[in-house]
Amino acid sequence: MAAAALRDQLTALLSSMFSQGLVDEQFQQLQMLQDEGGTPGFVSEVVTLFCDDADRIINEIATLLEQPVVNFDKVDAYVHQLKGSSASVGAQKVKFTCMQFRQFCQDKSRDGCLMALAVVRNDFYDLRNKFQTMLQLEQQIQAYDPKQQ
Amino acid sequence: MTVVDAESRFHVLAVDDSLIDRKLIEMLLKNSSYQVTTVDSGSKALELLGLRDEGDDSSSSPSSSSPDHQEIDVNLIITDYCMPGMTGYDLLKRVKGSSSLKDIPVVIMSSENVPARINRCLEDGAEEFFLKPVKLADMKKLKSHLLKRKQQLPMAAAAPDKPPHKPDEAAASAAAIAEAATAQTDGIISDCSCSGSSKRKAAAMEQEVISSPDQRTKPRLSSTSSGLAVET
Repeated sequence: MAAAALRDQLTALLSSMFSQGLVDEQFQQLQMLQDEGGTPGFVSEVVTLFCDDADRIINEIATLLEQPVVNFDKVDAYVHQLKGSSASVGAQKVKFTCMQFRQFCQDKSRDGCLMALAVVRNDFYDLRNKFQTMLQLEQQIQAYDPKQQ
Repeated sequence: MTVVDAESRFHVLAVDDSLIDRKLIEMLLKNSSYQVTTVDSGSKALELLGLRDEGDDSSSSPSSSSPDHQEIDVNLIITDYCMPGMTGYDLLKRVKGSSSLKDIPVVIMSSENVPARINRCLEDGAEEFFLKPVKLADMKKLKSHLLKRKQQLPMAAAAPDKPPHKPDEAAASAAAIAEAATAQTDGIISDCSCSGSSKRKAAAMEQEVISSPDQRTKPRLSSTSSGLAVET
């Protein structure tokens, strides 16, 4: 019964992530590919890659924005990368924030970029927490019933 | 580079500089039972295809079929547009400019919906343009390009040294075009007429708009039925 409770928790978490707009149908597609392809670790692998990648990009952007003369094209290239990764995993909110961020890059506004960076960072940390909880729950569920997934 | 599922019929070479996107496209292709090889750059793709040198491999000369033989047999190339160094468009031009590779269908993917870019790719020989993130429904569209090539393949297999533009082969392609058109497939094979490219462009642009709530089970039937139907 504990496994069922964990599954309920996971379902509730995922539906809240959807309803809050953190993730979109692309994320659903990843789950579907995993389930249909019989490849249990796929979502976990892609989500982990995304989190590492996003973390690295956000730090790179922060460093660039600290420079006395900001290279906005370079910032924009990083934001574009992050937007692409977000779109691929279905991290909708981060993706939308990146779209706004790019506008500030085009306007060459350091203040705008710093604000956008704070928002992106916040959105990303929030999502990463949820992803981590999701992966933990999945692991716990699998530990109960290894044949299930 | 990863090779998976060697049993399946069609071999797709996927080119993307993003690891996440390579994982995703590989998974999508595997799910659609294609054999997949992924590389992270256009130059690695060309290397794999046996096209090494930077110089033009003289596509004008009909006798140049032997020097750049294919290292592996690839039925279709799907490439990202925006990559550092060689872009997907550069790769397309190299493939279409090579006498030995020009018949391999090329599909371009991009996260940006830039009509001029989409048109340029389609007019210069790309079979299809997918907006990222690529969906399972997009994979179904690949089949029609692969099947079209299959129809043309027996001739190439029978006489591999044949110059690319012999009149009888051209006639055969024309016949294949006519056949494909009557069979209600996505008619245009190698030449991108305006109507064909705009139709595909429309299909590509439509992708950003369409979003059905039950995509999980029935992914975007609307875009497959809008002029891209294969089955007869």
